[in-house]
Amino acid sequence: MSAKKLAMGALAGVLMLSLAACGSGTTGSTSGSGDTIKIGIKFDQPGLGLKQGDTYTGMDVDVAKYVADKLGYSESQIEWTQAPSGQRESLIENGQVTYIVGTYSITDKRKEKVSFAGPYFIAGQDLLVRADDTSITGVDALSGKKLCSVTGSTSAQNVKDKVPDVNLQEFGTYSECVAALAAGSIDALTTDDTILAGYAAQEQYKGKLKVVGNTFSTENYGIGLKKGDTELCTKITTAITEMISDGSWQTFVTNNLGPAGFTPGAGNPPTPAACS
Amino acid sequence: MGEILANYDFVGAFWLTIQLSVLGTIGSLLLGTIVAVLRVAPVPVLRAMGTGYVNTIRNTPLTLLMVFSILGLTYILGLQISDNAKTNAFWWAVIMLSLYHATYVCEALRSGVNTIPPGQAEAARSIGLTFGQSLREVLLPQAFRGSIAPLGSAIIALIKNSTVAAMIGVTEAAGLMSEVVENETGTLGVFFIFAVGFLIMTFPLGVAVTWMSERLAVKR
Amino acid sequence: MSAPALFDAPGPKTRALYNVFTVVALAVVAVIGYVVITKMGEKGQLAPYMWEPFLTPVAWVEYLIPGLLGTLRAAATAIVLALVFGLLFGMGRLSRSPFIRIPCGLVVEFFRAVPVLIMVIFAFGVYSGLQLFGSALNPFIAVVTALTLYNGSLIAELVRSGVNALPKGQSEAGLSIGLTRGQTLRQIQLPQALTAMLPALIGQTVVILKDSALGYSITYLDLLNWSKTLGSAYGNTIPAYIVAAGLFITLNYLLTRLASLVEHRLRSRGRTAGAVTQAIPAAPLGPPEGEEILHPHGHQEEPPR
Repeated sequence: MSAKKLAMGALAGVLMLSLAACGSGTTGSTSGSGDTIKIGIKFDQPGLGLKQGDTYTGMDVDVAKYVADKLGYSESQIEWTQAPSGQRESLIENGQVTYIVGTYSITDKRKEKVSFAGPYFIAGQDLLVRADDTSITGVDALSGKKLCSVTGSTSAQNVKDKVPDVNLQEFGTYSECVAALAAGSIDALTTDDTILAGYAAQEQYKGKLKVVGNTFSTENYGIGLKKGDTELCTKITTAITEMISDGSWQTFVTNNLGPAGFTPGAGNPPTPAACS
Repeated sequence: MGEILANYDFVGAFWLTIQLSVLGTIGSLLLGTIVAVLRVAPVPVLRAMGTGYVNTIRNTPLTLLMVFSILGLTYILGLQISDNAKTNAFWWAVIMLSLYHATYVCEALRSGVNTIPPGQAEAARSIGLTFGQSLREVLLPQAFRGSIAPLGSAIIALIKNSTVAAMIGVTEAAGLMSEVVENETGTLGVFFIFAVGFLIMTFPLGVAVTWMSERLAVKR
Repeated sequence: MSAPALFDAPGPKTRALYNVFTVVALAVVAVIGYVVITKMGEKGQLAPYMWEPFLTPVAWVEYLIPGLLGTLRAAATAIVLALVFGLLFGMGRLSRSPFIRIPCGLVVEFFRAVPVLIMVIFAFGVYSGLQLFGSALNPFIAVVTALTLYNGSLIAELVRSGVNALPKGQSEAGLSIGLTRGQTLRQIQLPQALTAMLPALIGQTVVILKDSALGYSITYLDLLNWSKTLGSAYGNTIPAYIVAAGLFITLNYLLTRLASLVEHRLRSRGRTAGAVTQAIPAAPLGPPEGEEILHPHGHQEEPPR
């Protein structure tokens, strides 16, 4: 083979690779035929939304399934889409998901872009510590302790404001913090108590980690949907109300977050707000 | 725009970038020279170690190296530089920048060594210099002068790559940038501030390197 | 190592000394390895549940292979687009008209100076703010944009220095048989410069592959991001990152080998090719950025005479 052919071959190979790659689509979801519903969840939050092989587990996943069922979609008609925190608003705005159940706090800033049904859960910022650690009972005990959080997150800033001399290590994701915590190298991890309970309930960490249970903020988890879609919002709100009254809500919480001995904080189960 | 400038610590972020760059440059030049010497050493095992080091570190994304430095080295191996997590992250970022860019420094020097005519090494040996002496007195000085252009490029790349330290919570330029993009709208102006900041840091260096590589080139 | 012979064939004393070095070096490596393994064991990182998932097909089919595809997709698209960008702006910089040459030069210098991470974050901010693309595509396009602009600028410089380094006779011959300047550039100079650039281009894919990992910070689903998800699912974040690093190293090592293979073939083609291949690394500006242009085994062989 001459070098020219080799050169062309290499270029053609690169081109074909990129074309083939473009055809393979994203996040494993095939384009829907009308009969399916696309729901956004987290893929990497144990106890809330976690991809385990080809199945999805967690409280948010259970809630999403329940709501889909009430909207008339069976489980096999659901297409799960990964909805990382930084992308949730645009996923909804672009109509790539019908709704998102993914540790999605209702805030005024987000309400400018999307509508929320709910809240379906009231979370609060809390601390995750090692199971044998009795010295950290709340945020005030963090003085001089090593705390882990995600780069630029509001949870980290909250603690920093309350306890200025906390020793803060920031990582890109919570999983990295949990790995360091489980290895005994940092003292605490802070974010929503649901996320923390999810880790504590995970099989690999069972008995090693615990949630302190002393929340110091309130996060109202809602189901995000297209702004102004009152019809869908009303349907979902009804579904949430039913889910709470028929006991499914309690089952979802117990099954997913219970194994760590976690009980939902004050205000749970919440009363969903009316859609506007 | 003015409000954004007032609310965020741009000067502090760029000062951190400069510190990371200067310390990383010193580290990578020192370490890169050592690895380059290993790679041309007479002992096969040392050469293999040098090659293994370059192939491993250079082919790993810097992002992963940064994460490993805290998660793996500090927290698993217990190699903690400072009790303060911020200081610890800063120094590990310096070390990882040095380790990563040392591979490029090493390759630059090695290509410099390889541009030296064999007669130089042979002459050094024939007047009785040992391997160490011939490296110190004859070969490395020529190699440094012959590899100024790629060395300069390695340093410019290091300055830009110092942004990756944001991944472990060092709030230099990129860390601040992502904070601003997250919280503010209309960030085009901010992007240009960062871009111009890096232009100011790298462009004069590039010009100086080109000038020096022409001036200091070993005339043959 | 066909490098200049830096040392004499060892005599008996030196051989003994080398043996000492060998033993000491091996001992140091062994001690480091031992400490790492022990510490990992102490911190529970060697527990079987952490490593067993990688022996099952699920970990590969559901996490690592989609991750590899994500990384390759971004890298392959970026290298193709960067090549187009580089050719256009490289030719622009070679233009005789200052109205083309100067703007092209400014664009190239600007994007060479801005760190990829800053560009990735900014592009993602703009795309998701303006909703230019479907949001699942935003991170992908942001990564590809940043990688294309940056690496395209480098390739533009390669094209320029490559063409400039060709023997003058090439363009003179083209002009003397009646080709225009543009025709000479396209039909005579560029093909030679591009052939000579091929190893450097393949080396560039290594850099692009590694840099695509920066997409991690804007939720692009690359190998690193999928390894994180894998780590969450099995509670083995550190082993997952180690495996990801292993995959990156293997992939990039193979690409580097390919680059040196291609370079070798080009060199062994004879006089003209030898001269051209030699021209690129020896170009006055040199490779514009040390980080990006890899000459894995460059400069080792003597050019054919």
